[in-house]
Amino acid sequence: MNGLWIMAGITFREAARRRILWTALLCGAILLAIFAIALRLQVDEFQSRPMSPFVRYQVESGMLMIGLYTCDLLAVVMTILTSIDTIAGEISSGTIHAIATKPIARWQILGGKYLGFAAMVSIYVLLTFSGTVAVAYAVTGVLPEHPMVGAALIIFECLIALALTFLFGTWFSTLTNGVIVLGLQGAAFMGGWLEQVSGFSQSAQIVTLGVWSSLLMPGESLWRRAAYEMQTPLAGSLSFSPFANVSIPSGTAVAYAAAYLAVVLAIATYHFNRRDL
Amino acid sequence: MASDQFAIETRGLRKEFGRTVAVKGLSLQVPRGEIFGFLGPNGAGKSTSIKMLLGLVRPTGGDAIVLGAPAGTVDTRRRIGFLPEDFRFYDWLTASELLALHGRLCGMEHAALRRRVPEVIEMVGLTPHADRRLRGFSKGMLQRIGLAQALVHEPDIVFLDEPTSGLDPIGRRMVRDILRAQRDRGATVFLNSHLLGEIEITCDRVVFIKEGEVVAAEDLRNRSRDETRVLVAAHNVSPSALAGLERWCTAVVADGDQLSLTTRSKELVPEIVRHLVSSGAEVYEVVPQREPLEELFVRIMGKDPGL
Ligand SMILES: Nc1ncnc2c1ncn2[C@@H]1O[C@H](COP(=O)(O)OP(=O)(O)OP(=O)(O)O)[C@@H](O)[C@H]1O
Ligand SMILES: [Mg+2]
Repeated sequence: MNGLWIMAGITFREAARRRILWTALLCGAILLAIFAIALRLQVDEFQSRPMSPFVRYQVESGMLMIGLYTCDLLAVVMTILTSIDTIAGEISSGTIHAIATKPIARWQILGGKYLGFAAMVSIYVLLTFSGTVAVAYAVTGVLPEHPMVGAALIIFECLIALALTFLFGTWFSTLTNGVIVLGLQGAAFMGGWLEQVSGFSQSAQIVTLGVWSSLLMPGESLWRRAAYEMQTPLAGSLSFSPFANVSIPSGTAVAYAAAYLAVVLAIATYHFNRRDL
Repeated sequence: MASDQFAIETRGLRKEFGRTVAVKGLSLQVPRGEIFGFLGPNGAGKSTSIKMLLGLVRPTGGDAIVLGAPAGTVDTRRRIGFLPEDFRFYDWLTASELLALHGRLCGMEHAALRRRVPEVIEMVGLTPHADRRLRGFSKGMLQRIGLAQALVHEPDIVFLDEPTSGLDPIGRRMVRDILRAQRDRGATVFLNSHLLGEIEITCDRVVFIKEGEVVAAEDLRNRSRDETRVLVAAHNVSPSALAGLERWCTAVVADGDQLSLTTRSKELVPEIVRHLVSSGAEVYEVVPQREPLEELFVRIMGKDPGL
């Protein structure tokens, strides 16, 4: 068990040193600045003409969702880019040889690495998420509903992406791994949109396609659940966008995502245990 | 129990990567407390065999016992140190941090590490660089820190895949001394290297492998008992003295002041010298010509067929 925590600690330090992480944080800060300016302009514009407080509130909370969605996308991409080479890269460089010959089990190596990255990703999400919420609150006074649940779901989405980079990292080279996981992320994105569309078009085939895409990679449905949790009660009827939820992923979808995460990690561990290093 | 006597025992150990057979059927016995050299041409399967003994690579056949247990178990690994062929690690760690990390992975306590880490760093001659990051290390320095990481927990067996590659002559001598010190404290050293001159003076025993099979074994400590050629430079060697040499020599070739003798054993050399001196010859030089390991290697491996 000790080995697990040592691996988690060293991996966290390694992950926190990735240049991609700091670039992503910088991007986050720049986007946050743009977001703040946009909000400010919007607020100024609202003040220049008479407007119902209700509509104003809805628009502002809609903009908050745009900010949070940006956060979510950036977090997922950052997670994938920082972690794609942690397994494959260390196998090809031989770093793993010095670790895997120590008296720790392979599952502890994989598990420790996963925990280390999970901690780094969680901190990243909490930083950018709370930054966005704070900026929106400072400029408009609007707060999301259930921000904790929202943040937790975004972290969960990142953990799924992370598990996938670990799984394919035990099989493929860094580059192939990146392409596969980004491809799956694309499928999830598409699934999310198809399910949205299905709410309007009522085409059974589109619904089925959307559901299949989401089953293949349930990450995006977690964002939609997060958006649902965080939006104001009436916003759902407002518009057709990833921020308004025509079809809201159920509790079952979240449970499916949890099971998916567990299975992906189990397969990754099984394969890493057996493979030659 | 046989395994008490041997640190490593393998029977028909085999590894195939797809269609390539990396190790065909390795059968070895490595006695405890010896420095054991594992020799063979490029691609003979040396690294792959070591990886199987460490549990990094899963054999496709045969079995391997290390320290009395099946190779590659977590418990066995507690007593094993390994220097990989090309040691690499997170380059933002300092030398001391790296050793502390590896020590902790081996289950060492903080208190023990505080004492042990500077000791091992000293041993590999990196004390002035103890707090430098690996990023700035040269290949030889990385090799040294890799060796330190293999020894930090005082293992019972040390596996070294080309420990002297990239080292300067002083570094090579250092490795030689370290390996002897390991043997002297009772550890078994299993190493593979292409520097046969090093092997020759360090190892107690060697095996030669070719295409993943043992083709010859040699006990280097006993080589002096083998037939040896001796070159002698001496003045005034009388014909009768020359004839008298037949007693110890299987062949005698005289060429002016140079004699080339072939004796049954190096241990006969002092008697030969005594004989020559007492017969009135003036002896300037006596040089036993042991067949260098390199020649033995080439003879065993045959001509390089290309890889
Ligand atoms: N992961 C692998 N996949 C496929 N083939 C491999 C793999 N590792 C080794 N081989 C093959 O197995 C054979 C033995 O390789 P190995 O690295 O064990 O040789 P070696 O004796 O250590 O050689 P060298 O002296 O060059 O280090 C080679 O033919 C090599 O191509
Ligand atoms: Mg090799």
